[in-house]
Amino acid sequence: MFELSGVEHWYGTRQVLAVDAWRAAAGEAWLLAGPSGSGKSTLLHVLAGLTTPTRGRVVVAGTDLGALASGPRDRWRGRAIGIVPQRLHLVGALRVDDNLRLAQTLAGLPADDERIRAMLEAVQVGDLAHRFPRELSQGQAQRVAIARAVINRPALVLADEPTANLDDAHAAAALELLRAQAQEAGATLVVASHDARVRPLFAHVYTLSAREARAA
Amino acid sequence: MGLTRLALAYARRRPLATALVVLLLAAGTAVVALTLLIARELESRLTRDAAGIDLVVGAKGSPLQLVLAGVFHVDVPPGNIPLSSVAQLRANPMIAQAIPLALGDSFRGFRLVGTEHALVAHYGASLASGAVWNKPMEAVLGSEVARASGLGVGGAFAGSHGLAEGGGEHGALPYHVTGVLAQTGTVLDRMVLTSVESVWAVHDAHHGAAGADKGHAHQAEANDGGAHATEGVPREVTMVLVRYASPLAAASLPRQINESTNLVAASPAYETARLLTIFGIGIDLLRAFAWMLIAASALMLFVALAQALDERRYDLAILRTLGASRLQVAWVLVAESVTLALAGALIGLVAAHAVAAFAGKLVPAAAPLAATAWAVHPEEVLVLGIALAAGILAALWPAWQAYRLDVAATLADT
Repeated sequence: MFELSGVEHWYGTRQVLAVDAWRAAAGEAWLLAGPSGSGKSTLLHVLAGLTTPTRGRVVVAGTDLGALASGPRDRWRGRAIGIVPQRLHLVGALRVDDNLRLAQTLAGLPADDERIRAMLEAVQVGDLAHRFPRELSQGQAQRVAIARAVINRPALVLADEPTANLDDAHAAAALELLRAQAQEAGATLVVASHDARVRPLFAHVYTLSAREARAA
Repeated sequence: MGLTRLALAYARRRPLATALVVLLLAAGTAVVALTLLIARELESRLTRDAAGIDLVVGAKGSPLQLVLAGVFHVDVPPGNIPLSSVAQLRANPMIAQAIPLALGDSFRGFRLVGTEHALVAHYGASLASGAVWNKPMEAVLGSEVARASGLGVGGAFAGSHGLAEGGGEHGALPYHVTGVLAQTGTVLDRMVLTSVESVWAVHDAHHGAAGADKGHAHQAEANDGGAHATEGVPREVTMVLVRYASPLAAASLPRQINESTNLVAASPAYETARLLTIFGIGIDLLRAFAWMLIAASALMLFVALAQALDERRYDLAILRTLGASRLQVAWVLVAESVTLALAGALIGLVAAHAVAAFAGKLVPAAAPLAATAWAVHPEEVLVLGIALAAGILAALWPAWQAYRLDVAATLADT
């Protein structure tokens, strides 16, 4: 599904990411583990084509990202990648259903109200379709963000610290929802987290080590 | 859920800033458009009133005053000329038509003009009711005079001494209304027409009756320059409207009159152009002020967008993760800016026309505005174009910032 080899990323003389090799097959659920500052977010951005690594090869869903120019990469991202950002950010000016509709439009897909309704039902916020994000609780907003990430049936779903501010019960529920929805969409799932509680829930774990000591 | 709709959603999110920018822009645009409408109306009105009058010939004095008094009927005339000069002018082969005017009295602020029937034909007027005057002390009312006074055919009124309201009344010799003119959209609508002889008759009677207190009458005459002729003094008129027999007359006739006679010949076309230049300065100043308003609103738009950009940085990064390109993200800001700018400009233009229409209905002096209030001035398209440019300009820097947004850094910045 995706394959990274010899990937390094540098900010000037400071190396922030090093991945020798990492392969994931379609439909797998991966935990991307590692302490803060180990480059988890950077690696997610590399997988999403938001950051072009200084060195190395990144192939996601059969596409070599290094070969794509900025514009085509944006279009590719809209179709192939679903992202649940760390701050669960929904577009505040738009109602919940319009947030999902926007994801469809930006991916170049026709608006599909039936799919939007079904997705909101699937993450149990079907009755909140016409609310504005500020009217939602954090848990509700996270469910909407998950629905938005999978609405276009992407090949790869990326989630950055989805359990950061949740208690044990909610953390487990959120992860379960992510896994179920990614599976339903047929997507590979990568969850970046330094939360020790989530580790037992994943069969596949890729661990980044701390980078502070490796400044060149 | 297109990006333009998203831009509008953002605009709705901050109603106060949005309303302020739109209002300021609307105000600026409205003033610019109003100056355009008023200038057009002024120019067309002056041109219409002066149409067909090649020359005004009157007593020595300022040519502008002569034209103002004789063509636009706003100033007092410089003085009188002997009746014999009318015949003299008519004998000149370069002159096709000469219409005498005898001014000096008024009725409720509207001017009483002693003249010939040719003046009615000159303005292309037709009678709405009744007939033209045929005997002394018969009068025909312009449409607005009839409307304002409520007088109709068969009515009678007394003229007042002087051109403004409040002069002493010539009550002894009332005028009888024989006809009312249809509206022409010219200064004729605000005139009362009668024969030159009526004006003489009124003043003969006035001076006969007021022989004891001559002081009063002549004090006034010194100011109003009326067509007054007492017994024994040759008959006079105030001025003569002249139409050339051929365009060639323009080259020599004015100089001939000015140099060889005791009269002044003034060209309405030339004096009107001079007048418009003077008005033009005021209108240009007003318009410059309005352009500054528009520039200020563009600046406000810029500030609002720059501020919004700070708040929306994370939103824009999210749009990028959803597949929006750099250009699309920049478009969100441009679309918002352009929409507000165009909305403001359109509201301003509509408001300007509405104000013109309203003023035309309420203010008699602006009445001709009512007819043309909704006619679109070609320059309004230019105003819209400039508003559009202002919208784009205001969004340029914020859009550039959005374009080069570092998505990964913004998302990581928690």
